[in-house]
Amino acid sequence: MMDIKEIVKPENLVYGKSELLIDTIMHYCPGCTHGVVHKLMAELIDEMGLQEKSVGVAPVGCAVFAYNYIDIDWQEAAHGRAPAIATGISRLNPEKFVFTYQGDGDLASIGAGEIIHACNRGENILVVFINNGIYGMTGGQMAPTTLEDMVTSTTPCGRDVDLNGYPLKMTELVAQLPGTSYVTRQSAQTAPAVRKCKRALKKGIRNVLDRKGTSFVEVVSTCNSGWKMSPAKANKWMEENMFPYYPLGDLKDGEKGNPVSNN
Amino acid sequence: MGELRLMKGNEVLAEAVIRCGCDGYFGYPITPQSEIMEKLMERQPWTETGMVVLQAESEVAAINMVYGAAGTGKKVMTSSSSPGVSLMAEGISYIAGAELPCLIVNVQRGGPGLGTIQPSQADYFQSVKGGGHGDYKMLVLAPSSVQEMNDFVDLAFELAFKYRNPAMILTDGAIGQMMEKVELSDYKKRWTEEEVVEKNGSWATTGKPASRQRNVITSLELDSDKMEQNNLRFQAKYRRMEAEEQRYEAIQCDDAEYIFVAYGTSARVCQKAMEIARDKGLKVGLLRPITLFPFPKNIVKELAPKVKGFLSVEMNAGQMVEDIKQAVYETQIYRKVEFFGRMGGIIPSPGEVVDALEQKLIGEEK
Amino acid sequence: MTEEMIIAGFGGQGVLSMGKIIAYSGIMEDKEVTWFPSYGPEMRGGTANVTVIVSDKRISSPVLHEYDTAIILNQQSLDKFEKAVKPGGTLLYDPNGIVNPPTRTDIRIFKVEGTRESVEMGNPKVFNMIILGGFLKVKPILKLDNVEKGLEKSLPERYHKLIPLNLEAIKRGQEIVETVKEV
Repeated sequence: MMDIKEIVKPENLVYGKSELLIDTIMHYCPGCTHGVVHKLMAELIDEMGLQEKSVGVAPVGCAVFAYNYIDIDWQEAAHGRAPAIATGISRLNPEKFVFTYQGDGDLASIGAGEIIHACNRGENILVVFINNGIYGMTGGQMAPTTLEDMVTSTTPCGRDVDLNGYPLKMTELVAQLPGTSYVTRQSAQTAPAVRKCKRALKKGIRNVLDRKGTSFVEVVSTCNSGWKMSPAKANKWMEENMFPYYPLGDLKDGEKGNPVSNN
Repeated sequence: MGELRLMKGNEVLAEAVIRCGCDGYFGYPITPQSEIMEKLMERQPWTETGMVVLQAESEVAAINMVYGAAGTGKKVMTSSSSPGVSLMAEGISYIAGAELPCLIVNVQRGGPGLGTIQPSQADYFQSVKGGGHGDYKMLVLAPSSVQEMNDFVDLAFELAFKYRNPAMILTDGAIGQMMEKVELSDYKKRWTEEEVVEKNGSWATTGKPASRQRNVITSLELDSDKMEQNNLRFQAKYRRMEAEEQRYEAIQCDDAEYIFVAYGTSARVCQKAMEIARDKGLKVGLLRPITLFPFPKNIVKELAPKVKGFLSVEMNAGQMVEDIKQAVYETQIYRKVEFFGRMGGIIPSPGEVVDALEQKLIGEEK
Repeated sequence: MTEEMIIAGFGGQGVLSMGKIIAYSGIMEDKEVTWFPSYGPEMRGGTANVTVIVSDKRISSPVLHEYDTAIILNQQSLDKFEKAVKPGGTLLYDPNGIVNPPTRTDIRIFKVEGTRESVEMGNPKVFNMIILGGFLKVKPILKLDNVEKGLEKSLPERYHKLIPLNLEAIKRGQEIVETVKEV
């Protein structure tokens, strides 16, 4: 029988954490989608050799400390302003890979103006949009993407569309803008979904390097704490409730300059 | 000496920005400063120096573009007028909190609210005391001629990078719209990518090589002990600015019994008022603050024992007068400090300034 | 020498550009100059005015409430600025459209039939140069060759071919200016 020293030999390695994922305890709740998407971004930047070229823009929200987890240069944005900050960085440093990492409160609510205009100008950036239908960091309030009848701390009787309006489909909205070249909606709750999501993020990064305009990757996500569910139950609830309203798949994959793609 | 031209303050500022090696301008149109972006767009500096000029969707976006671009260690700026600067206050606070250098130009108009498009100095408090949330200061320069709209651009960037702090040129619609004789600065080359890394690579997001730690531009620190240390560091920096950067012009103050204190457009009015007063045999001088933060309080303290009083002349309801009073208070000598101002976009006339001098300072004595 | 003047009329009469030419010509004579316009909505279709100061020494206030000279090109401006001329100062106006002529007795008053003359010259655009000529006749603060240089500086290159016509209009203005009242 092999002892532990035999087992951890490098030639036996089947999976390893990316060097760019910093060895620290994440502040995310167990089961949170952020951890998975952080890992994917770290892996991709590492695999594509982009550490020296990358500048990330962190949002206000649960991912505010993204800069503590991926070993690249970062700028922390004011709430919702990440696309404007990324615009400033990218315009003056066109050779850099610039991306924003934003949640639904940040991107779809307070930052709705900035994201629309950055996408419309076709800023050469990748936008990673984590949509879990709730404000995580501030304690589970309604987000623009909160589903109808969904209970949050500011919709204790469920989201009433007469009072609060309708869940906002940002991804469909930005797909209409000619500045975007790749717009997709992904998830990360199963191994195949994670692999697919990684391919989508990779395409987004590749597009930035090829100067193809804005790429927008939504990841439909869970918030166990905010939803008050176990991680497993949250994944199931997401599949049953979020996916019908926020269907997965590519909305647009083409060239900048078209409102929607032909495929 | 370069060629003398007749140009508007706003246009001169745009030209000076290109010539000083600025890397990027982000702005949003608002009267009375729209000529700055218009001139930049017409000049197309991207074809000449490589400078980026972008019209943002709002002042909020513009200042955040500046925040992003400044984080990369480059020379960037925005310009606006009073209501637009209010919208930028959040971003300016973040820039100050993240200790980034940049230039913000405020071509003031009268407020509050939408107010008027005519010239004003009502944003003095907003500019020198903070403006956004949290304890921070900007370096604030106040040009009083079209020539200084040229000269202060380079100075503002120099100070901004020296202290890694936002610098503001605080002017008004009169100087922005006025044409005067100007000698433009010579061209300075923009920093190369290598120079940016060499100068600012220790803090800027120039891309992380294996040889250094990652650089993070942020104003966030949830650990209160650490955040207090950050604040103490900021305050020490502001005290250093106060010790080293007070700038002013003193005109005929040597034999003066009364001192007008005024900056920008109102300093020009006071110069005329001083001529009228001198013709009447009144010994009047003019102290013109050039830096509004740091306020040139040392010269006020130096003059206080020698004079009978100060008259602060402003295009607002009385803001800088408080800083003069504070300086005089610090001398522990009693001197009269009075205020005269007009609001709502009205520029005071030299005659009414002299009347105010006679009524508020001299009259009392008689 | 310090000349503090206001030029006031309708937008489109060339008020601001006349001021600019005077200012630029001043620079050509090594003088200090300021040009301070009215700006904003009041310019659009309404009245336009500009304060121009030409001086041998550093100019203090660019904004004035009384003037050595007022050049007046419509009734509204006459109503507003006649009273702002310093005693002993100069008021020069185009009588076209003026129903209530100036009445002050303590200032010099001149008139230039600029509108009529520009029509006769077949080019209404030289109107402001005819007025400028009238002004330079009664207040010769600038040499004509410096005005020519000022025109070159203030006009875009594509209009330089029009300089001779402008100079002709200035000369015409110098000829036709009439004294209404001397102090």
